[in-house]
Amino acid sequence: MNAIAFRRLRRGLTLPALLLLIWWATYQFGLSDSRLFVPPGKLLDTALNSAEGRAIWSTLGLSLARGLTGLAIGISLGLAVGVLLGVSRRLERFFGLTLHSIKQVSLFAWLPLLTLWFGFGESSKLAFIAWAAFFPVLLNTLEGVCSVPRELVEVSRVSGFTRWQTFSRLILPSALPSIFNGVYLALMFAWLATLGAEYMLGSGDGIGVVLMESRAEFRIDLMLLAIALVGLIGFLLDITAKALERRLLRWRNH
Amino acid sequence: MAQAAALEIRHLNKQYHVENRPLTVLQDINLNIRPGEFISIVGASGCGKSTLLRLIVGLENEHQGEILSDGEKIQGTSLARGIVFQEHRLFPWLTVEQNIAVSLINSALSASERHETVRKHIEMVGLTGFENAYPAQLSGGMSQRVAIARALVARPGILLLDEPFGALDALTRSHLQRELQAILKQEGITAIMVTHDVEEAVFLGDRVVVMEPRPGRIKRIVEVPLARPRERSGQRFSAIRDDVMVEFSEPQPEPAPLADSAPQDGWRITW
Repeated sequence: MNAIAFRRLRRGLTLPALLLLIWWATYQFGLSDSRLFVPPGKLLDTALNSAEGRAIWSTLGLSLARGLTGLAIGISLGLAVGVLLGVSRRLERFFGLTLHSIKQVSLFAWLPLLTLWFGFGESSKLAFIAWAAFFPVLLNTLEGVCSVPRELVEVSRVSGFTRWQTFSRLILPSALPSIFNGVYLALMFAWLATLGAEYMLGSGDGIGVVLMESRAEFRIDLMLLAIALVGLIGFLLDITAKALERRLLRWRNH
Repeated sequence: MAQAAALEIRHLNKQYHVENRPLTVLQDINLNIRPGEFISIVGASGCGKSTLLRLIVGLENEHQGEILSDGEKIQGTSLARGIVFQEHRLFPWLTVEQNIAVSLINSALSASERHETVRKHIEMVGLTGFENAYPAQLSGGMSQRVAIARALVARPGILLLDEPFGALDALTRSHLQRELQAILKQEGITAIMVTHDVEEAVFLGDRVVVMEPRPGRIKRIVEVPLARPRERSGQRFSAIRDDVMVEFSEPQPEPAPLADSAPQDGWRITW
C-alpha cells in the first residue's frame, strides 16, 4: 500500500477506533451499566467461545447461500428480460408501462403477497430475494441496451456487422457499464431482502432469524454480533463488486 | 494497392419531410468522379454536403436519381466505401488494434493476415507503439488517425471523409491534412471530402465542388491542377483559393445613390 493510501486509511479508521475506545471505556470505568449494550470484551468472548457464537458463522453461511441463490435467479431473469425488451421495440411498447408502474411499489410491500402464494417457507424467501434483484438489473439493462450511441451503430453498419455481431460486439459491450450498475444495486437489494425475508418470515434459520430471536431473548451480545456480521457481509459484497467492475470495465479506468 | 473506384451521380434529388411539407435538401446533383481522384466538397452549413456523403456511403438510401460506383447502383453500406466521420467514433472498450480490426470482422483473411494488415495500417497512420492503447488514452488527433486506419484497412475503392478534422485544433489539423495527402498518394484510391474550410479543400482536392444551400445545389466546380505535395504559400495555390473564396464572400451592398436631386418642393433636409 503506498503512502497516500496508508494515510487515507489511517484517517478513515480514526473515528471507529475512537468510538471503540469510548465503548470499552464506558464499561471498563463503570460510566454506565446499561443492559441495552454489552462491553466489547463480552462480544468477543461470545463470538469466539460460546456455542451460539460459533453456530452463528454457519448460520451466516446459510443466509449468504440463500441470498446468492436469489441474486443469481434475479440477475439472470433481469438480464434476459432487459435484453429482450431492449432489442424488441414491440415487446417494450407492450410491457413497458406495466413494468415502469410496478417498479414504483416498494419492495417490502410485496412480502404479504408472496407469502400468500408461496407460504412461509424457503420458496417465499428466494422469490422475494430474486424479485429484489430482478428490477434493478432489468431497468438498468434496458437502459443500457437502448442507449447505444447512434454514431457507433452507423460504424457497425458501414463495417458490415451481422445482426448477431451488432448485438454481441456493439450493444452488449456498450450496455455493460449500465448493466453493471444494475447488478451492483441488485447485490445490495438482495442482501437487504435476505435479511428482511428472514426477519419478517421468522421461520427456518438465518442471520435475520438470529437477530429476531436474540432480541426476544434479550441476548444483546448475540444481537450485536449478528449486526456486525451482516455489516461485514455487506462490506465484502461491495468490494467484490467493485473489484469485478474494475476488471470487466478496464477500459474506463484511464 | 486497393482498386480505386469511379463514382457517378446522376440527377440526384433528396427531400426531407418536415411537418408534412417536403424540404428539398439536394437538387439535381450531377457529378462524375474519376478513379483515384480527390474531390473536395465545400459549402456553408445547410447546403446538404453531409447528406450527399451519407447517400454515397449508403447510410441513407431514399433519393431520386442514381448513384453508381463502377457502374453499379449503390444499395446500402459496403466495405467498398470507407468513411471517416467528424467524431472518431471508436469503440471505447476496444484497443487501437481491435478498433481498426472492426472493419475486418467479416473478412475472409486469416488471423495472421488480419494482424499483419492491421499492423501495416497502424504504421501508415504513424501510431506504432499504441496498438494496445484505449481511446480514452489517445488525443483527438490520434483517435482520428485510428479512424482513418479503420476506414482504410478493408481496402475500399472510395474513401469518404465528413469534415474529418473539424473537431481538432489548427495545428493538429494541418498536420493531419499533410499526412492524409501522403497516405492517399500512396494508396491511390478515390476520395471525397466534405469540409467548410476552403483552404483545406484546395490543399487536398483535385477538384473543388462548391455547393450552395437552400436547396443544396452544385454552384461551381473548380479545378486544382497543382502537383503534390502542395504548399499553401504558393502563388498558384493562393490564386485558386481566392477564386473559390469569392463564391463565399458576402454580396457587396449597392452603394447608396448620391443625394444630388433636389426634392420636388425645394426643401432639403440636412440630417
